[in-house]
Amino acid sequence: MKGQKVRVRTTVNGQPAEFLCEPRQSLLECLREILGLTGAKEGCNDGNCGACAVILDKRLVNSCLVLGVEAEGREITTIEGLAQGSQLHPIQRAFLEQGAVQCGFCTPGLILATKALLDRLPDPSELEIRRWLANHLCRCTGYDKVVRAVRQAAAELAEVKA
Amino acid sequence: MKWFDYAAPQSLPEALELLARPGARPLAGGTDLLVQMRAGQRQAELLVDLKRIPELNELQCDPGRGLRLGAAVPCCRIYEDAELRRRWPALAEVAEMIGGVPIQSRASLGGNLCNAAPSADSVPVLIVLRAACRLVGPSGERRLPAEDFCTGPGQTVLGPGELLVGFDLPPPEAHSGAAYLRFTPRNEMDIAVAGAAAAVGLRDGVIAWARIALAAVAPTPLLVREAGEFLSGKPANSENLQAAAELARSAARPITDLRGTAEHRRHLVGVLTRRALEKAVARAREVRA
Repeated sequence: MKGQKVRVRTTVNGQPAEFLCEPRQSLLECLREILGLTGAKEGCNDGNCGACAVILDKRLVNSCLVLGVEAEGREITTIEGLAQGSQLHPIQRAFLEQGAVQCGFCTPGLILATKALLDRLPDPSELEIRRWLANHLCRCTGYDKVVRAVRQAAAELAEVKA
Repeated sequence: MKWFDYAAPQSLPEALELLARPGARPLAGGTDLLVQMRAGQRQAELLVDLKRIPELNELQCDPGRGLRLGAAVPCCRIYEDAELRRRWPALAEVAEMIGGVPIQSRASLGGNLCNAAPSADSVPVLIVLRAACRLVGPSGERRLPAEDFCTGPGQTVLGPGELLVGFDLPPPEAHSGAAYLRFTPRNEMDIAVAGAAAAVGLRDGVIAWARIALAAVAPTPLLVREAGEFLSGKPANSENLQAAAELARSAARPITDLRGTAEHRRHLVGVLTRRALEKAVARAREVRA
């Protein structure tokens, strides 16, 4: 195995995916550079900014701190997997409507964090929202609009369920 | 990052065989290791991923035996486990304190200990809860108390090819409680300027025993035995708790760095130890089934 690239079989956004990578390549690099999924962004590349966040087996992770080879047999959700064709996911729509997006660099991570949060806690308090989003840095909008967007999304998703 | 190979063994014997190879290193959550390797601070020829090994993933609360916790169990599983939170609330709380949510999906207490940062939040908690570390290596198995694991910043007792498999925590006694408090400028996603963990057991209205351990004020997480021993046999009043906090303050050996001055850290140790003791005593007084 010395010096060999590794074949990884995984599921990305519900579809089987297979790629060949070096063990040292992060999941973020594999998503962006091998699979062409550029929604996850590279910010700090050390786990502080959350721009690269994706959902791995129902858990929110920083894809810069996961090796691509670790994705073998796992399920990954990226921002590309949220909209149904041209129909935005309610969380995406809430971010647009609340003006919680400016340059957009942190947005994929924040939206996936919101999805992971609402899948676990459908009606989070403001404190819970802020705790869940603390690993995501936004330098444009300030966080209040993001919190409002999460609340709107939570309300809409609750309505859909009811 | 320099090239390395990767293996994900499914069993402990397989992992030990891989870890015996030159340049092999264990990988749990990777939230410290991958950052350090990218920065050139640590090197590896081979990363041995521990997350597919059953023993490293165990989380079992047993009324008689206590808690058996695999070294690679991520923080999120620790704080989401209702039984663990009920019996070891200080442990659940500290798992919720390390990094942010995406870090907690991956970071483990085994990794926090093996990374051996003086500021590691979970280590003082493991120490006051009397966690025993289970190690296996080429020369067999051994157990040692959490307070004896770190030997310096980034340094541990682990020998070549030796692996931390997990922790055993004794069941909490009736009328005992524990707490950990830290000081950080930011509420989340920050590293302790100083931290203090306390555990106490009450009997007939007095403190039967107490343990106090500190973070970020010495080259390793620090058990302050004399502060705990001072409290033994004394009433849990503010005067005694304050005196124990003073002993912890004197035992701290802080340095000045970008996160704080030695003077500020020493002050914090006094305040945090007193408050952690108060919280531990309050918990010990709660009636728990």
